[in-house]
Amino acid sequence: MVKYSKTEFSVGLFMLLGIIAGVILALKVAGLTLSYDSGVYSVYGYFDNVGSLKVRAPVKIGGVVIGRVSAIYVDHEKLVPVVKMEIESQYSELSSESKASVLTAGLIGEQYIGITPGFYDEDMGSTYLKDGDRIMDTGSAIVLEELIGKFLYSVKGDGGSDSDTASSEK
Amino acid sequence: MINFISGIGRYGVRKINALGRATIMLFYSVVGKPQFDKNFPQLIQQLYVVGVQSISIIAISGLFIGMVLGLQGFNVLVRFMAEGALGQLVALSIIRELGPVVAALLFAGRAGSALTAEIGLKKATEQLTSMEMMAVDPLRRVIAPRFWAGVISLPILATIFTVVGIYGGKLVGVDWLGVDDGIFWSGMQSNVDFWDDLGMCFIKSVVFAVVVTWIALFNGYDLVPTSAGISKATTNTVVQSSLAVLGLDFILTALMF
Repeated sequence: MVKYSKTEFSVGLFMLLGIIAGVILALKVAGLTLSYDSGVYSVYGYFDNVGSLKVRAPVKIGGVVIGRVSAIYVDHEKLVPVVKMEIESQYSELSSESKASVLTAGLIGEQYIGITPGFYDEDMGSTYLKDGDRIMDTGSAIVLEELIGKFLYSVKGDGGSDSDTASSEK
Repeated sequence: MINFISGIGRYGVRKINALGRATIMLFYSVVGKPQFDKNFPQLIQQLYVVGVQSISIIAISGLFIGMVLGLQGFNVLVRFMAEGALGQLVALSIIRELGPVVAALLFAGRAGSALTAEIGLKKATEQLTSMEMMAVDPLRRVIAPRFWAGVISLPILATIFTVVGIYGGKLVGVDWLGVDDGIFWSGMQSNVDFWDDLGMCFIKSVVFAVVVTWIALFNGYDLVPTSAGISKATTNTVVQSSLAVLGLDFILTALMF
């Protein structure tokens, strides 16, 4: 057996300690999961107003995270905000009738995208969302100032339009 | 007046000269054909001196800084009924700022000054010159292993500091003040991103490691070989590397976040 010096042993221990610390940081602190299913598909949603939604905000169905917001930008032709969402492939059976709304966790919490699954009926022409699809039914963020303005002046929203359903959100 | 202006000029030229010499020193000690079999035992020895012996101060400071953060954070957050955000507060402040910066400052005081003094004494007692007489390049033999040891050690030390600090915050917040354990960790996990936060923490600590070790080695290599010179160089190492770390931290943070 080769004789190892105390120095070498403690340096090895030092390195191991560093690696263990790094692994703890990755798994316990950053919540990185080892069995990460890399398969995601992107869907797009056109909103009237995304509020203070951030990139990397969660996309949830009933509170369960199914994906993340990967990009927020403005459509060049329509000049409306577009949110690109990456949804894990295991949740591939989302109907195209699903609704995506910008919601807020708590009163001052962070904003996220809540998806309300829609019905699936082949006769009505609904399909499952695929990579690159667009969610037609969207709900904008509730902007507190607008809400107060509406309340104060009792201005009726024009309603009607497909995507302006923010005021009916609970 | 002319004296004053030329004094400024002389100062500037001297500083830039020193920067040039420091770069040349680093270049010749790092660039070249690697000689693993010859330099590896040296590297292990230096890793022991620079890294292993710094663990205790790093771990203890990390523990206390994490505990203080937990205590202070709790006292503020409890006013807004937001104790749940304690894990996030402790983790993000340690990972983004305190971990790399405080570890680098402690490292400069603990290991940097020792490196300067050691190399300075080698120079004052003409050990470096006698190495050259024996056709051993002191840059490759003395400077390079210490440089690599510093560059390897500080990121590891910063990681250890971060982990110990977060557990210190958990100790105070969860075990003493009664924040819910699950909320503490899950709030942390949903807000700490592996690449954005931990990656930047790592990049910062590598940059600080290069800067601190470089400053320490150059101050030792370039000092006036007297006892007063050694003491001045040691002080310079700590002052310059602390300032460099804090200044660079601002620049890196501005670039990254």
